Amino acid sequence: MLQQEVEVILMRQLASYLAMPIFVVDPSGNLLFYNEPAEALLGRPFDEAGEMPMAEWAIAFSPSDEEDRPLPPEALPLVNALRRRRPAHRTIRITGLDGISRRIETMAFPLVGQGGRLLGVAAIFWDLDSR
Amino acid sequence: MKATLWGTRGSLASAGPETVRYGGNTSCVEVRGSDGTLIVLDAGTGIRRLGAALGAEAPQINILLTHLHMDHIQGFGFFPPLYRPNIEVHIWGPPSLTHDLRTRLTRYLSPPLFPVRLRDLPSRLALHDVPLGGFDVGGLHVDSALVTHPGPTVGYRIRDNGRSLTYIPDHEPALGATRFPWRSDWTSGYAVSHGTDLLIHDTQYTMPEYAEHVGWGHSAIDHTIAFARLARVRRLVTFHHDPSHSDAELDRLLEKAASTGPLPFELIPGMEGMQFEI
Ligand SMILES: [Zn+2]
Ligand SMILES: [Zn+2]
Repeated sequence: MLQQEVEVILMRQLASYLAMPIFVVDPSGNLLFYNEPAEALLGRPFDEAGEMPMAEWAIAFSPSDEEDRPLPPEALPLVNALRRRRPAHRTIRITGLDGISRRIETMAFPLVGQGGRLLGVAAIFWDLDSR
Repeated sequence: MKATLWGTRGSLASAGPETVRYGGNTSCVEVRGSDGTLIVLDAGTGIRRLGAALGAEAPQINILLTHLHMDHIQGFGFFPPLYRPNIEVHIWGPPSLTHDLRTRLTRYLSPPLFPVRLRDLPSRLALHDVPLGGFDVGGLHVDSALVTHPGPTVGYRIRDNGRSLTYIPDHEPALGATRFPWRSDWTSGYAVSHGTDLLIHDTQYTMPEYAEHVGWGHSAIDHTIAFARLARVRRLVTFHHDPSHSDAELDRLLEKAASTGPLPFELIPGMEGMQFEI
């Protein structure tokens, strides 16, 4: 792709200033970006992890429910928000690439641009263990 | 294709002895395709003199608006072709999230802001919500993309016979960027600018002025030069000059910008009346 949509560029710029962990994917679910606060939860700097397809990130962080039962991709708020084009929310457990398991709240919402174009999804994570 | 600058000033028409060379009229650029297609980029106060220059010729006029800030539409009511019943005028511009172009433009072209209503203009008027992506205007192809500026704003690239001109008069690609320039795919405006033969781009501020106006939607000249370098353009025309910048000051700014080292493109101070062959 020659250039990201301007709304997505602005979303990334906003995310890079905010203190909440934010994770942004494109309309196909490819991870485009996560910010520094998200790096702390996911256990790896974004610059090292890089952009990755949904099939990869959906299992890389070993998402599970609160009872530690593994969650398939379609049970993740991010994937739900993308497929159903509406906000989705859930408390899940993830294991960061640093091997540490954390309980987080995930709130995902579709990024809908001018003319109703679906541009991707942004998710906000909330670390329940450290709050 | 040929381009003529009829208005190069940003924000507010700024007539006076100190702005005669760069010009005091707000954004308006005339583009003529090799097949004769006429495109007018923005309808700032510069469009009045263009209208006079057109005379009774041009049975079809195509006006492409980047956005609906006052300095880009103020000349509308003073564009004589709109009052001629035999002329077909097509206007493209961005809709908002809830209003189409006609509704948005009517806010200005109706009392109390203007005595004549849009619907009462005698010319054959067609308004088009600008499609994002690409569309054809006569024999010319136009690429359009949303760019960083408050409110829906587009940048245009006009293509003719393998050559292209890019017009982004109001643009703040450095907004919120932790470093600038950065990756081209994460830079607003890149898609319509890369490799263009002539880039007409916002250079409203100096760097100290930009620091005071972050988020106002404009670029410092240093940002624009970095952007033009990233986009590998052939020629850069400075545009949308701040109303407070006099001719002498603009000369000084341009000289300083040109002296920062060899530039991989030709840097041209945008002055009213200039013509370019593309
Ligand atoms: Zn403007
Ligand atoms: Zn503007």
